[in-house]
Amino acid sequence: MTSWGIIQQSLPMFEKGFVLTLWLSFIGIIGSILVGLICSLLQYFKVPIFHQIATVYVEISRNTPLLIQLFFLYYAFPVIGIKFSAQLCGIIGLIFLGGSYMAEGFTGGFNGVSKGQLESGKAIGLSRWQLARYVIFPQGFSLSVPAMAANVIFLIKETSIFTVIAIPELTNTALDLIGMYYRSNEYLFVLVVAYAIILIPLSVILTLLEKRVRYGSFGN
Amino acid sequence: MADQILQVEHLEKYYQKRHVLYDINFSVAKGEVVTLLGPSGSGKSTLIRCLNGLEPYQKGTITFEGQQVDPTEKNWQQIRQKIGMVFQSYDLFPNLTVIDNIMLGPTKVQKQSADATRAEAIQLLQRVGLEDYADAYPRMLSGGQKQRIAIVRALALHPDFMLFDEVTASLDPEMVRGVLNIIKDLAETDNMTMIVVTHEMNFAQEIADRVLFLENGKILEQTPSKQFFAKPQTDRAQEFLDSMDF
Repeated sequence: MTSWGIIQQSLPMFEKGFVLTLWLSFIGIIGSILVGLICSLLQYFKVPIFHQIATVYVEISRNTPLLIQLFFLYYAFPVIGIKFSAQLCGIIGLIFLGGSYMAEGFTGGFNGVSKGQLESGKAIGLSRWQLARYVIFPQGFSLSVPAMAANVIFLIKETSIFTVIAIPELTNTALDLIGMYYRSNEYLFVLVVAYAIILIPLSVILTLLEKRVRYGSFGN
Repeated sequence: MADQILQVEHLEKYYQKRHVLYDINFSVAKGEVVTLLGPSGSGKSTLIRCLNGLEPYQKGTITFEGQQVDPTEKNWQQIRQKIGMVFQSYDLFPNLTVIDNIMLGPTKVQKQSADATRAEAIQLLQRVGLEDYADAYPRMLSGGQKQRIAIVRALALHPDFMLFDEVTASLDPEMVRGVLNIIKDLAETDNMTMIVVTHEMNFAQEIADRVLFLENGKILEQTPSKQFFAKPQTDRAQEFLDSMDF
């Protein structure tokens, strides 16, 4: 069969993988943003005990590979009686990883708000909470958008590691097909194109968003 | 002593081990305009920042409106509503429009009604000639305009006392006059009590009732303004005045 024929025949399967990659990424990114926001807030307000927990979590998560985190979830946890489906393991793993990256991004944004802003906020009598609510969070959030955008792209690419626990996303689909039909060139080509279709437009949109946010809030 | 708004007694400040303010003593009467003069690094900004709790001090007392300040953050937060402060770098909130910058303190800190605050904010903007910029964002304004808004933002809280920390130091020369005129008008029309740190000697001469001359963290002299600019008490102050081009 021609290469083109091989590719055409594989498209329905890639389509399923494509949708799954998008779906898992979406859930993973939303979850990561939530976890990241919570952790950065705990750290920002130095909530006793919880902020130490958040710091320990961030360090563990950022300094271990997703691959190993997934192995733990999928192979080690059932030994102690905690068993999730492969897809749930993938989502938990992605959120576990992404949460810390997002937390670092938000924390960086909050810390990036200038001292002058904090002082002029204090000077008009704002309380610590009001200062956070009206000055630090809105500005810090804008400042953290570039980091968040980079994390979004990073997390989508990380979903390719899900293949090790046999989640039928894009990479797994390609590797499966290669295993069955030995047409690695064709399937890898489709795989690359599929990721590019997701990531290139997204990357453009995120860059536009970054610009918008930057010009929207700054230039004091 | 009854009409004294501020009294500073034996104030000492250290940055870690570095001693930056030595035994500072002075008071400011209601309606008085005091300028802090002195070479760079003499501690003028540090001193003025101590007066609304932005810098902690290690010894001495500050008495504001007859009450000795217990220097906790919570206490300062209350006191700051009565002390307006304007900074060299304006520091308007870039995420808020001009009117929201002005209304933030009155509505959120003092819980005043939005309508009344807005009406007053517009009046204050008219006073500084910027009523057309109510809905603009700070980035759309020039430095001089931003600084005038920063003054309005402080005034909106009805402070009893204003601190100006080198408010014209980062402005283009042609912007300086407009800002200084507003401060002068506040002193003359509103009889506002204020402490002004400045390098604008002509302005200091025009506006000040009294000059505190600082060097190396010490107040070398406190002299009525006329006398200071005619003939200061210390040689060091004379040298300083000679070195300033005005």
